[in-house]
Amino acid sequence: MMYDVVVVGGGPAGLAAASESSKLGLGTLLLDENPRLGGILPQCIHPGFGLHCLGEDLTGPEFAHRLIEEVRRSDVEVKTQAHVTSLAMRSDLVKEVTYASPQGTEAVQAKAVIYAAGARERHRFEVGIAGDRVAGIYTAGEAQAMMDLYGVMPGRRVVIVGSGDVGLIMARRFALEGAEVVGVVEMLPYPGGLARNLMILRDFDIPLYLSHKVTEVRGRGRVERVKVVRVDEELRETGEGFWMECDTLLISAGLVPRVKILRRAGAIIDPATGGPVVNDRLETTLPGVFAAGNSLIINDLVDYAVEQGRTAAKGAGEFVRGNGIPTRRWIRVRREGNVRFVVPHMLGGDRDVWLYTRVSRPVEDALVEVPEIGLRRKVPVLKPSEMLRLRIKAEVEGGRVTLVIK
Amino acid sequence: MRVAIIGAGIVGASIARELSRYEVEVHLVEREADVGWGVSKANTGLIHAGYDDDPERFPNRARLCVEGNRIWHRWVEELDIPHAWSGALVIAKEESEVKVLEGLLRRGERNRVPELRILERDEALSMEPNLVKVEAALYAPTVGQISPPQAVIALVENAVDNGVKVHLDTEVRGVEVSGEKVRGLRTSAGFLEADIVINAAGLYADEISREVGADYFEIRPRKGEYLIFDEDAGPKPSRVLFPTPSERSKGVVVTTEVQGHLMVGPNAQDLPKEEKDDRSTTPKGLREIYKKASEIWPLPPLNKVIRTFSGLRPEPTGGDFVIRAEDVWGFVNVAGMRSPGLTAAPAVAKEVARILAGMGIDLREKTKWKVRRRGIHGNRAGQGRVICRCNLVREPEIREAIRRMKRIGVKTPSVDSVKFRTSATTGTCQGSFCRIEIASILAEEFNSPLWDVTLKGRGSELGVGDVKVLLRR
Repeated sequence: MMYDVVVVGGGPAGLAAASESSKLGLGTLLLDENPRLGGILPQCIHPGFGLHCLGEDLTGPEFAHRLIEEVRRSDVEVKTQAHVTSLAMRSDLVKEVTYASPQGTEAVQAKAVIYAAGARERHRFEVGIAGDRVAGIYTAGEAQAMMDLYGVMPGRRVVIVGSGDVGLIMARRFALEGAEVVGVVEMLPYPGGLARNLMILRDFDIPLYLSHKVTEVRGRGRVERVKVVRVDEELRETGEGFWMECDTLLISAGLVPRVKILRRAGAIIDPATGGPVVNDRLETTLPGVFAAGNSLIINDLVDYAVEQGRTAAKGAGEFVRGNGIPTRRWIRVRREGNVRFVVPHMLGGDRDVWLYTRVSRPVEDALVEVPEIGLRRKVPVLKPSEMLRLRIKAEVEGGRVTLVIK
Repeated sequence: MRVAIIGAGIVGASIARELSRYEVEVHLVEREADVGWGVSKANTGLIHAGYDDDPERFPNRARLCVEGNRIWHRWVEELDIPHAWSGALVIAKEESEVKVLEGLLRRGERNRVPELRILERDEALSMEPNLVKVEAALYAPTVGQISPPQAVIALVENAVDNGVKVHLDTEVRGVEVSGEKVRGLRTSAGFLEADIVINAAGLYADEISREVGADYFEIRPRKGEYLIFDEDAGPKPSRVLFPTPSERSKGVVVTTEVQGHLMVGPNAQDLPKEEKDDRSTTPKGLREIYKKASEIWPLPPLNKVIRTFSGLRPEPTGGDFVIRAEDVWGFVNVAGMRSPGLTAAPAVAKEVARILAGMGIDLREKTKWKVRRRGIHGNRAGQGRVICRCNLVREPEIREAIRRMKRIGVKTPSVDSVKFRTSATTGTCQGSFCRIEIASILAEEFNSPLWDVTLKGRGSELGVGDVKVLLRR
């Protein structure tokens, strides 16, 4: 069976990509590993979804519902419980997507693939927390699934590692269900979450330990205490540290794009984003393979994931119709100053595009510049936790675009 | 004739399986919720060749290691135990270490280890091109790897098929002796009558032995820590790589373990004898093994570590295995099974059968003894919903694992029981997606509330109640 487009992943980016692709008249198959669509949204019962792209404040399940309805009304063929295990380039025009389904192992062919498999959470072993392997250590998302999909209370006294959005939202979630949040421990000297989520700490009177890290967990069957140590600017441990009594340790130490399948298929991965290197169609270095959502770049707003899904679908349409994306001298987006990453990595110069970028460290009165096109913008505060989205006009010409943040 | 074996680790399980071929009633008693959760759970998983052990100082180790290696070649086939006969290289990084290799070769000759040879630099590099530094290497083709918990499970399943009774969550509190003869075991689940008691209690074997007055040895825990890397993190060796050993230990090993991950470890840290439950990893220990392993193999960065763990090895007084019938008739010690205990286990089991025969016990073979056991084979070509995405473990495999847990008598639903039988939760994400899904299948099969499902036995429940439990207080 040959599809125009196979979308891998039925979260926000994949759902948006699939309905957009179908709208463009492309024969589209959407594969998702879970029994139900929506990706991680169904367990995100807090509000704040859709503020930008719908102008409404929805919960995760409500937002997912909108996207799913859009897919249901379209001609997209949907397969759930289809866990993609490999992507193979039969040629530049034909891709084979292999997936495990309840019936066994199946494969489909497609002219274009939109990869939107999302991200996974860093766990305690990756962030170097030693000690006992006991119950009560969960990633924030796992605890969220336990509470809001399975109805289980994970613990009574919680320490949270990392002040990112997921961790803060879970701090509130635990507090609302009557648990004691002993503290949020952040390795960096500044907090990681969006401003609106940092309010949670004040609202619920939760201590925040900046420049500290959890180094060890101790307990017999279950977590009993964790060791917290202060770190200096180079994140080296200083002093003996102290113990916090708790029965639960939540790890909210960042997300990692799930790109194993893309990497194995040969796509180039950007070490700065953890996702693939893409052009302004969000096409990876594999012809006709596009990426969107958190497997492209860790987004802090679902709206961006949706936007990337739609951009990738338009790119896939262009690829399918033209039997490839027209050759041009791609303009590399160079980084200068306080720029941790910028996506897309390459611009065609033939259309307006969104640049997604993050700074490496917080800065006040920032100056954001793209000198080649005369873009110059002052931003009062830029933080690594808040992605900056910049519209770049089509007129970029010549060989260079440089994003400078000072 | 009734035999009670204390401890369902690799040694107790091997003995149970070996004795299950005879017309004796065998009971296997284990304090944990499942088999193989003590010393056997966390070690390097190597089937050693047998060149390490000095036959004068450690005659049991030297003899039983080589014999055990040969038997494992048969047992992994009979019992369908995941394994890899990968062979090993002992790496001499400097000229000065080459002499040590020659010593190992001579010892191997004395211990009758087959197929050893010393390789020159280029030969070693052609086998393992990524070696950081090598001057010469001892090549031991008979070295293999198994997953020790899976081996214990396989042995126990086969033993149960052949009539052995397993008592899990059952702690031995004392050994009943009268008239210089054992009568049975006092346990947390009541009295278990027995004519023969085999003490394979691992770290606690000294405490059990003292029950019958045999207090001539002590078991001290020696901690070893390990790091496991993500599957695509970097180059992986085809063979087990040892550094040149020191007096005290075989050193930090670099290997591609049976599941295909790069694994390094262990170090060796002696703990006070009271700390037999301390299985914590330490920041210092993990740094130490990373540094040492880096001397022979180019390791991925530390943020590619997906797992760390530590295990305790039971280090006996004197250093050699304690395998003997004690003065109290019917009590047999099988203690101090430090490295190469895993390798030696099948040979130890046969030794125990010889000891029992020597005590005049009539070991008549059963007319029907099932020699084979099949593993759970769902996997890649299988069917059913994928539960563990990283390792592609499907729902029918999880349910089959639970069926097998129940068959050997597991009463406490634990995610670890499923993990060791299927490899679920051991991949890149370490269970953050699927642990709760596995728990919900366990809850259904054991008819238990979801929050009472445990990670690794009672006291490690995954939750504290339903999501509103704290608001109702």
